[in-house]
Parts: sequence; C-alpha cells; structure tokens
Amino acid sequence: MNILGLYNYWIVIILILIGFFIVIAHENLIKKLVGLTIFQTAVFFFYISVGKIKGATAPILDDRWQLYSNPLAHCLILTAIVVGISTTALGLALVVRIQEAYGSIEEDEIQTQDTQDQLECQLEAYGPRKQFLTKRI
Amino acid sequence: MTAHLPVLQVIVPLLAAPLCLFLRIPRLVSIFAILVSFAAFLISCGLLSQVLNHGTLIYEMGGWAAPWGIEYRIDLLNGYLLLLITGVSTVVLVAAQSSISRELPENRHTFFYTAYLLCLTGLLGILATGDAFNLFVFLEISALSSYTLIALGNDRRALTASYQYLIMGTIGATFIIIGVGLMYMMTGTLNMHDLAQRLPEIYKSKTVLSAFGFFIVGVCLKLALFPLHLWLPNAYAFAPSIATAFLAATSTKVAVYVLIRYIFSIFGIEFVTTSIPLSEIFLGLGLAGIFAASINAIYQLNIKRLFAYSSVAQIGYMILGLAIGTQLGLTATLLHMFNHALMKGALFLAIGAVVYRISSSQLNHLAGLGKKMPWTMAAIVTGGLSLIGVPLTVGFVSKWYLVVALLDKGWWPVAVLVLLSSLLAVVYVWRLVEWIYFTPPRIILDEVEEAPLSQLIPIWLLVLANLYFGVDTRLTVGVSKLAAQSLFGVTP
Repeated sequence: MNILGLYNYWIVIILILIGFFIVIAHENLIKKLVGLTIFQTAVFFFYISVGKIKGATAPILDDRWQLYSNPLAHCLILTAIVVGISTTALGLALVVRIQEAYGSIEEDEIQTQDTQDQLECQLEAYGPRKQFLTKRI
Repeated sequence: MTAHLPVLQVIVPLLAAPLCLFLRIPRLVSIFAILVSFAAFLISCGLLSQVLNHGTLIYEMGGWAAPWGIEYRIDLLNGYLLLLITGVSTVVLVAAQSSISRELPENRHTFFYTAYLLCLTGLLGILATGDAFNLFVFLEISALSSYTLIALGNDRRALTASYQYLIMGTIGATFIIIGVGLMYMMTGTLNMHDLAQRLPEIYKSKTVLSAFGFFIVGVCLKLALFPLHLWLPNAYAFAPSIATAFLAATSTKVAVYVLIRYIFSIFGIEFVTTSIPLSEIFLGLGLAGIFAASINAIYQLNIKRLFAYSSVAQIGYMILGLAIGTQLGLTATLLHMFNHALMKGALFLAIGAVVYRISSSQLNHLAGLGKKMPWTMAAIVTGGLSLIGVPLTVGFVSKWYLVVALLDKGWWPVAVLVLLSSLLAVVYVWRLVEWIYFTPPRIILDEVEEAPLSQLIPIWLLVLANLYFGVDTRLTVGVSKLAAQSLFGVTP
C-alpha cells in the first residue's frame, strides 16, 4: 500500500485541516461557517471513499459484474448532508440576527460590546448603592 | 402495544412536535406539550418495568433484522435514563407556560414548544437507539433544536452563545461521525452490539484507535468536559429560563451516557484501559474542571451563569467516577447523573421563577428577595445545599459513593481533593445566601410576590425529590449498581 495510492484520504485530511483552521482562525462569523461546511464536506468525501471498491460497479445485480461497491456509505452521507445543510442554515439565520442586534459580524467587535455590558452590570452591583435603586418590571 | 414501547418512546414526541405548529394557540400548545411529555414518561415507566422483569429489550425497526436494520435496545442503563429525562421534562413543562409568557413574545411560544419537543425526541432517541449512526442523527436533532431554544432568549448575547454552541457542537458531532466512519470501514457494521463483537479481533489496528480518539474528543465537546466547556456558561446563562432548566438537567447527562455506552458497550473496558491512558486523562481533566469551574462560579454575577459553571464542575465529578474505572466508580457516575439532573432542574426552575417576578437573574437584584419570595428562595438554598453535598440531600449520596469508590481504588489524595472542592461549592452557595437574606434590596421590590403556584409546584416537586432520593436510595442506588454490573459484564 503506497502513500500516493491513498490520495483520496490525503485530500480528505487536507480539507479537514483547512476547514478546521478557518473555523479557529477567522473572526468573521460567515467565514467560520464556510470553514465548518468545508470541514463537514471533507467528512462526506471520506465516507464516499470508504464505500468505493476499485473495479466495482453500482449495486444493481447483473451477470456481467462480480464486484459491487457498498451503497450504504452513500445513504449514510445523504443523511449527514441533510444535517449539514440544516446546521449551515441555522447558523446563517443566527448570523443575520447577530448582525441586527450588534451591527457587526466580526467576533472581536461583538466581544467588545459584550464586555461593555458586563462592566455595566458589575458597576451596578458593586458601585454606589442609592443611585441604582430603581424599579425594574 | 407493549411490544412497540421502545419505538413509541421516540415517535410520540417526534410526531407531536410538528403538530404543535398546527395548534397555534399558545395555551393549547402548552397543555398538549405537557400531555405528550407525560405520555413519554408513562412509556418510559413501562419500559423500565419490562427491563427489570424480563431483561434487555430489543426492537427491530420495521422488522429488519439487526445488523442491516436499525435496532433499538433498551437495557437498565438507558431505561433508567429515559425515565429520568422524560420525568424532568414533564415537570419542567408544567412550569413553562407562565415563565415563557413573561420571557418570550407571544408569536414565538409555539416555536418554543416545537423546538422543546424536538429536543426531547433527540435526547430520547440517543438513549434508545442501538445503532451508531442513528445515534449521530438523534444527537444532531437534539443539538439543532437546543441551538434554537437558546437563541430564543431575550438578551442579544443569547444569539452569540447559540452561535458559539453551534460551531463547537457541530465540530463535536462531526468528530463523532468520523469515528463512526472509521469503525464502519474496519468492521462493516453500525450496530453497537455487532460492533462490540467484531472489534476485539482488530484491537491492534491503528484505525480503531483513531476512531476511538475521534469519539472521545467529539463526545467530550458535547458533554462540556473542561477545557471543552467554553460554549456552556453563556448558553445556559442567556437561554430562556425554562430551556436552561431542561438543557441543564438533561442534555449533558445524555452526552455522558453516550460516552459510557461507547466505552463499555462498544469498545469494551479492556481496550480502553490498555490502548490509551484514558483513566489518567479523565482524572486530570475531571479534577481541573471541578476546581477551575467552581472557582469561576464564585466570581459570577449572573446566577444562571454561576450555576452553569457549577454544572461544568459537576460534570467533572461524573468524569472522575469514570476515571476510576471500577464498578463502584461507574455506580457513582450513574448516581450523580441522576442526582445532578434533580438538583439543576430544581435550581434553574427556581431561578426561572425569580426571573418571572423581577425580570433579572443578576445576583444583586436578588437582594432582599428572601422575605418576598420565601418558598422560591428556600428551594434555591436547598438545591445549593444539595450541590455542596450536605447529608439528607441527593448530593450527599452521590459524593459519598464517589469518595468510597476513590478510597476503594486507593486514590485517597483525589478523595481529599473532592472533599476540598465541596468547600468551593460552599463558598458560591453562601455568597448567594448572603445576597438573598442579608443584603437590603437594591431594586424596588414592593410589588414583588411569591412565584405563582404553577411554578412553585414543579420547583418543590424537584426539591422534594432531591430530599426524598437523599434518604431513600433504594431505586437510584439499586438501579445504578445493577446497570454498572451489567456494563462490566458481571451477571447479577
């Protein structure tokens, strides 16, 4: 078994790493989702490679063929694709809402705003007392 | 009918979820959701009694025999957890109606219940299924619906929390399918029982080892093991209170179940202990998680966030039980899963009642509430005592078993650390008590009253369960012991 003969697995691993890197390294929420999608798609490739047998055909019984590829891996991946799409859709919907709420989809800017909120809460809790004796409901 | 219970357990909430969308009227939907969840609870009671009487139940989906078709396999372990999850879910839903009407705009109520029931379906499916890939699908059903539940929160930070959870949860789930794929490549089967029989022949293979590695990392992301817990505190803090109560009580427990299932029922304990130093890793991460999260909890200002950190610490205890790797240790883990669900369910519901009355979960706004909402506050304090592990509460029972298991293994320094970590819990619970009872109000509380009965009854039901199972441990300890025995392959 030589290393180049397994080129499909090499591609899978490279794609996984690219996707993973994008998720970790990028600040932009949309880019992160793109990375996530690449990461998931690489796994789909992996499953499909596993099911393929060299010189084999689709699993339709016929006298001319002896070898058949495994169709189950493809069925599994159909399910996984559906899951992947729903995740991406939900993620994008969240990004839209985040953009509406924060006016930004850059992680560092969002974090700055969150820290600001947090500081205000702390000031209210530990700061001068009477100033904040207000009604809340 | 009784023969179909394993599948009904999952199908009933699954079909009920879209029906919610047709009912539309929020009050009607809420009653419907309670009924569905209660039906699921009755089914799980039936299942557990069948398992106790006749042993493991096997259900072939659509009549297809096991290695080809999907099989549902109910044994003591998942029967016990099904009972817990459906029970807690029903109790939480009873409190949901009033709490949700305060926290969410009316047009979102139906969606909340739909997502809730879908999440319940996912969790029950994970527990019931005996197929590795099917488990992944249910894992994603529950995960996607919990992202939705979290994003429904009022605060805008709920959105970022949900997004972060989505990213980390998806990475975890994808790791799990990589693991499943590698195992499928080696064995050609996805059925857990079948996998367990075929894997021992190829234990030496590096592929199996890497499959196991992917699994462990993926599942640990899902169960928020320190240091992979970063998604959890914000997700719990900003989700609607009812969603927090439900997720905190159930979802991480189910992830721990997945871990136990893979370690014991698929890979087998010999493989796990001989191939990689998992026990040491779990010991280190468990202890680090307990201390780091407890110390973090002490400094939190938002009580939901405080108890979210405490959840991370409690997961550390469960993982510690697994790290021991003996039957006693596993018993302690299983007990703590059950007990922690009761504690956190009660605590987060009580916090939900506070939010219902004062629209805030900030610690400083709780000042003076001890007089205004005595029953709710008493519930929070009792839940806190249970977290510390005071005798007569469930927390004591599970810590006792954990310490006994540690001493039995001879790890007394770890036992000492576990006891020391309880002191940290004393600190954060005391901080809460001090604000509630001994600090003058920081906001005007004139019109604040005790929580409505529809919330007090579920809260106290869970608090009393905390006390009851702290005294009468026959059911919890009995079933945990039997389940641990059967996982270790010892026939009782």
